[in-house]
Amino acid sequence: MKQAISINVNGVDHHDEVEPRLLLVHYLRDLLALTGTHIGCETSICGACTVLLDGQAVKSCTMFAVQANGDNITTIEGLAANGSLHPVQEGFWEKHGLQCGYCTPGVIIAAAQLIDRNPDPSREEIRHGLEGNLCRCTGYQHIVEAVEYAAKKTAAGE
Amino acid sequence: MSKYVGQRIKRTEDPRLIKGLAHYVDDVRLPDTLHVAFVRSIYAHARIAGIDVTEALKASGVVAVYTGEDIATKVGPVPCAAALPDLKVPDYRVLATDKALFVGHPIAAVVATDKYLARDAVDLISVDYEELPVVVDVESAASGGPVIHEKFGNNIAYTLTSGEGDIDAAMNAADHIVKQRMVHQRLAPIAMEGRGVLARYFPGEEELTLWSSTQIPHLMRTQVALMIGLGEHKLRVITPEVGGGFGSKLNVYAEEALLSWISIQLGKPVKWIESRRENMQATIHGRAQVGTVEVGCKNDGTITGLRYNVFADLGAYHQLLTPAIPTLTGLMLSGAYRIPAIQMNVTGVFTNKMSTDAYRGAGRPEATYVVERAMDIVAAELKIDPVEVRRKNFPAKDEFPFHVATGLDYDSGDYEAALDKALDLSGYAKLREEQTKARAEGKIIGIGMSSYVEICALGPSQAMPAGGWESATVRIEPTGKVTVMTGTSPHGQGQETSFAQIAADELGVDLHDVTVIHGDTAIVQYGIGTFGSRATAVGGTAVLIAIQKLKEKAAKIAAHILQCETSGLCFEGGRYSRQAAATNTGVSEPVVPVGEAPAGALPEPDTEGRSTLTIQEIALIAHIAKELPPDTEPGLSATYFFEPKNFTFPFGTHICVVEIDKETGETKFLRYVAVDDCGKVINPLLVDGQIHGGIVQAIGQALYEEVVYDEQGQLVTGELMDYAIPRASQLPWFELDRTETPSPVNPL
Repeated sequence: MKQAISINVNGVDHHDEVEPRLLLVHYLRDLLALTGTHIGCETSICGACTVLLDGQAVKSCTMFAVQANGDNITTIEGLAANGSLHPVQEGFWEKHGLQCGYCTPGVIIAAAQLIDRNPDPSREEIRHGLEGNLCRCTGYQHIVEAVEYAAKKTAAGE
Repeated sequence: MSKYVGQRIKRTEDPRLIKGLAHYVDDVRLPDTLHVAFVRSIYAHARIAGIDVTEALKASGVVAVYTGEDIATKVGPVPCAAALPDLKVPDYRVLATDKALFVGHPIAAVVATDKYLARDAVDLISVDYEELPVVVDVESAASGGPVIHEKFGNNIAYTLTSGEGDIDAAMNAADHIVKQRMVHQRLAPIAMEGRGVLARYFPGEEELTLWSSTQIPHLMRTQVALMIGLGEHKLRVITPEVGGGFGSKLNVYAEEALLSWISIQLGKPVKWIESRRENMQATIHGRAQVGTVEVGCKNDGTITGLRYNVFADLGAYHQLLTPAIPTLTGLMLSGAYRIPAIQMNVTGVFTNKMSTDAYRGAGRPEATYVVERAMDIVAAELKIDPVEVRRKNFPAKDEFPFHVATGLDYDSGDYEAALDKALDLSGYAKLREEQTKARAEGKIIGIGMSSYVEICALGPSQAMPAGGWESATVRIEPTGKVTVMTGTSPHGQGQETSFAQIAADELGVDLHDVTVIHGDTAIVQYGIGTFGSRATAVGGTAVLIAIQKLKEKAAKIAAHILQCETSGLCFEGGRYSRQAAATNTGVSEPVVPVGEAPAGALPEPDTEGRSTLTIQEIALIAHIAKELPPDTEPGLSATYFFEPKNFTFPFGTHICVVEIDKETGETKFLRYVAVDDCGKVINPLLVDGQIHGGIVQAIGQALYEEVVYDEQGQLVTGELMDYAIPRASQLPWFELDRTETPSPVNPL
């Protein structure tokens, strides 16, 4: 039995009928074709599927689409505003914060929330803040530098 | 002075990745795609007495169900490319036929219109298993126990002895002989993107396109074509974005061939995206060696010989290179040292587990661990500093090329320089003082070090199962833009950038005028792929030489138009000039400038009375082909297949300081210093990234990771909840430096 849902994703309202068991990540990827959100573990360990739900970083692989009914979601595709990169995206590019890029959208989303909550994080706070995201390529050091870059850039812009 | 090579250039592949606009296999969406889900064995060893698919076939959305019996005569076995003397090679069918040999062994495939429905139908298939005795432990499997492949009579796949020198004499000449049991636990590669396959058959053209998350598109095309009996020229393999490999995608798996075959049967696209659980069960594992190292030394620390007796846990079947991996361990057992006699005796053993194969280093880190442990136990035995034992046994830099008793010739090295730099950077002497003080206070502080050598740039074809060369095509288009096609298949290493750096410098063009294409067998000439630390050293060299070939032709055209001999030309900043008078050291102006309004039509080449021509103008002249010298082919492109003369042997020293909590046993990093020498560096930013990633996978092995099977062969570490790869908060700040020793065997 399908259920009607209304979700705002990246500023656009969507009205769909979905099965109650449809995972949010599959809703975003398969119905809305927003394939930037990835699936890495299906058990909310790796964080590749992280999106912002009403400004909060959540793992979309362990949440049903119907649970997000009425909410606002930001995915990696919606992070850049007016065509210019989000400071975290810029930091990842500048500091080589990614290699294969698969975990990257999730890490960027988590880092965006991190800076939002703590505009001047220490390296330790950055590492702690990204505990819910696994990366197998980079060894995290360039990711930490990318987030530092983004924090500085954000502070300078304000 | 290079404009691009050697610079910290940020990657050209990044914008699509950071915006979420890149396409991995699962992001490729085709209309009418069917989805595949697998029934996988829940037992490590069982006879399959029957499979009932009746209910599944009736289920909503199900289009077809296939079992081993259906495909036994239709799809060939999973290939093994490793050739060893008297190697036993079991028949590895893409779906289990009579027996299941490991947990996760595919038994049946369900095809449905939706992935949820395919998954539902899997639960409706009932498999009648008759459990058989299981053998999990490698040493038990070698010494008897239940036989996995009855026709072989035992579980020994092969035995092999390698090395040079008289090992018995070397041990007799030693003042001390020390022994150590070495356990290299089984690891899972854990690429963040698991495997994924999308196969689309075009019934009209009788052609198949296979999207696969792989490191070896061309080798896969050849192998899958053979497995399903399709002409290789009718099969196109595309590797879109690949979310990490670490060796796990240097393989040809059952699923790739099976989905290809299913797509032909059904005439529709079929997709399978591996779940993490499947990835833990049925993607290759790494390491899994258990052995004993025995090392002989003189009183002053001089090593006389090293023997390593080892059981290699191969798993139930051979994947592409399974039995060959331990032989790479044998090749690297001299490490960074002069060891007159070396012997490895390896026994490859079948167990009721997933196959092992190439994982991050593939047999070579095992050797480094063995040799470096040996150095440490010698130091402990002789009560001398581990640094001094290493220094004592290094070959000097003027002794290269240096022959070692594993049969290899190391190309170049200055091991002492890297060691000294690491000691300096870490403040080693002071660290030892601090350690002594801290220990007196009851703290547990350890200082570990490793002076490694790695066999890289795999490699000369003589030493490789299926060719060790690499290919490149470089083409300058009529508008002056440059297309580079590489036979390598980058998946995070950044060769779209580093190869563009090489091309832009060699051609004197802007970096953004170069695009690097890879991973599509319909576009790119045959290549070998990305593994064995080879892509830049072998594939990058192919790019370099292809450009040199292209420039020979460009020079002929330039000389013709500029009315001089090619010997009278000077090439600088992308520009051919009649005399060596050119002062332009920048990059050439493109024929069609970037960022301007579209021209709408190609400009006419302006060749009247010119004394200089850019290489991009020459490309236009070569395509319009009205002013070419006699007997010159139109167009401006060159292809080169580079065959390396030897491997390369990068090296370095890493020093790590840790504190272990007495109460909890938790290990905390205090320092990590790494000095690496990979020869000439094309992009330091990317090299640092590769080193960071390598260090962390090593830390994972040392502290956190192990694939655990219980005595019944059940996979205990079946998810990322149980298999712990390192997190950001568990790691120290790495202090990196490098030395740069050129390789005499590589033109780059």
